[in-house]
Amino acid sequence: MDRGIYFRRKLVNSLGLTLSAASMCAGLVGLTWILWTLFYNGLAAFGSDFFFASTPAPGSAGGGLANAIVGSLMMVGFATLVATPIGILAGIYLAEFGAKSKFAAVTRFVTDIMLSAPSIVIGLFVYAIAVATLKHFSGWAGSLALSLIAIPVVVRTTENMLNLVPSSLREAAFALGAPRWKVSLAITLKAVRGGVITGVLLAVARIIGETAPLLFTALNNQFFSTDMSRPMANLPVVIYNFAMSPYEDWQQLAWGGAALIALIVLGINILARVLFRSKVQA
Amino acid sequence: MTVSAEASTSAFTSARAGAMASAAPRPASAAAPDVPPALQIRELSFYYGRFQGLKNVSLDIARNKVTAFIGPSGCGKSTLLRTFNRMFDLYPGQRAEGEILFNGRNILDPKQDVNLLRAKVGMVFQKPTPFPMTIFENIAFGVRLYEKLPSARMEERVEWALRKAALWEEVKDKLGQSGLSLSGGQQQRLCIARMVAVKPEVLLLDEPTSALDPISTAKVEELVNELKSDYTIAIVTHNMQQAARISDYTAYMYLGELIEFGKTDEIFIKPKKKATEDYITGRFG
Repeated sequence: MDRGIYFRRKLVNSLGLTLSAASMCAGLVGLTWILWTLFYNGLAAFGSDFFFASTPAPGSAGGGLANAIVGSLMMVGFATLVATPIGILAGIYLAEFGAKSKFAAVTRFVTDIMLSAPSIVIGLFVYAIAVATLKHFSGWAGSLALSLIAIPVVVRTTENMLNLVPSSLREAAFALGAPRWKVSLAITLKAVRGGVITGVLLAVARIIGETAPLLFTALNNQFFSTDMSRPMANLPVVIYNFAMSPYEDWQQLAWGGAALIALIVLGINILARVLFRSKVQA
Repeated sequence: MTVSAEASTSAFTSARAGAMASAAPRPASAAAPDVPPALQIRELSFYYGRFQGLKNVSLDIARNKVTAFIGPSGCGKSTLLRTFNRMFDLYPGQRAEGEILFNGRNILDPKQDVNLLRAKVGMVFQKPTPFPMTIFENIAFGVRLYEKLPSARMEERVEWALRKAALWEEVKDKLGQSGLSLSGGQQQRLCIARMVAVKPEVLLLDEPTSALDPISTAKVEELVNELKSDYTIAIVTHNMQQAARISDYTAYMYLGELIEFGKTDEIFIKPKKKATEDYITGRFG
């Protein structure tokens, strides 16, 4: 009787182990395949021209992605500058101030919808309010679209992180006579700053590869430009255009751009993990 | 630990039998008549939503003495302590009725500034809660809320508070390190230092040693003994030996009611009520 139960458990255990190991392998195979293809085709494009020359004119040889790289960094940079304070403050509101209020519940619901909203919808929205009305595409419009995608990510991670703070820490700060805003900023936010920074980095990783919102807003620019009020080159749209082009060297540049974005996202994720881990240990 | 607990309980029991003969009725208030009490609780009831956590509690907390609150879990002792600094204000749905007079003013008055109250009535919790900052900043944080000190004076204050909490010698060379790097017992003394640094009048200790090892517990108890010359102390404890060791007055609570309150010696040696005696001698629960 006991032996029967024992063997049954052993069998179920090895069955579960096999299934989960197989699923893990299937996932890993897909991931390595993607990365291998990307880097096999893309790394060959990396060279000094790739980083320092602008996108080539149709028919001309050579060129690089300098204008797209700078454009992407600028738009993502400004979007992050806007999204970080708004997202963190909104997250603080949800976790510390309005925890159970109706307004907070509505905000949380809207944020969740924004999180899963297709990015092309955000792009169209910004097109309607900032491009169609001003009659021209611009880097600012692109930045606005990206920040709208980043804000909900930052809001949710900030709120989730703050909810992890034990209420005893909050009470201890209140017990010294600290007002709520001081408790939120100096104690609870500080206690989870690693997690909050991680959230910001993940938002950056999310928007750096977004194509749809930029198609309708920043469009593209064949030339090197740092003028945010004019159409701006950026990696995702250049990749999209060049990958679809008939020219082989353009396709090569598209592979290179894709590999570059993948490397940036990988780097950001590693940085986020390191930051988060060091925070948990402290 | 169990052996010594039993030994001291039986010591109390036999001492109680001896002292029984000289038992005399005492007034309800245990405070010494010449010094005005630090806190006067009058007909205090407390509600968690619909559940009544405290029922018509009245007692005086004597100035510069240690008052211990004992009783089984859920009896309302922590609830009572948390009304003294209006900690319950943080949670909607919790409310108190009655009066708590602190320096002659009812602190349950909605006009009372709770932050000012909490600066005067400090609290330390069961689990050590160092802030995520350096040891120095842990102490300076509370001081900065109400005082603007030049940096030299701030350093003096931090040292003073750490000495008060008997922690200075252990941390004086690492004030710049994170408060989280300290051991559990040190963290709890850091919390006590942090509370003392803002110069409160009353210290509320909510089971301050229940998460500590015996040596750290002994240090905190020693500390309580030293601090009582300057502060009024109210302590909640699950450990009856602790209450007997460190307190001057003891209140026994059960199901939200104050069952018995008096001098610690009397409560432990010749309690007036059968319920108190049963709890103290371990015949209950």
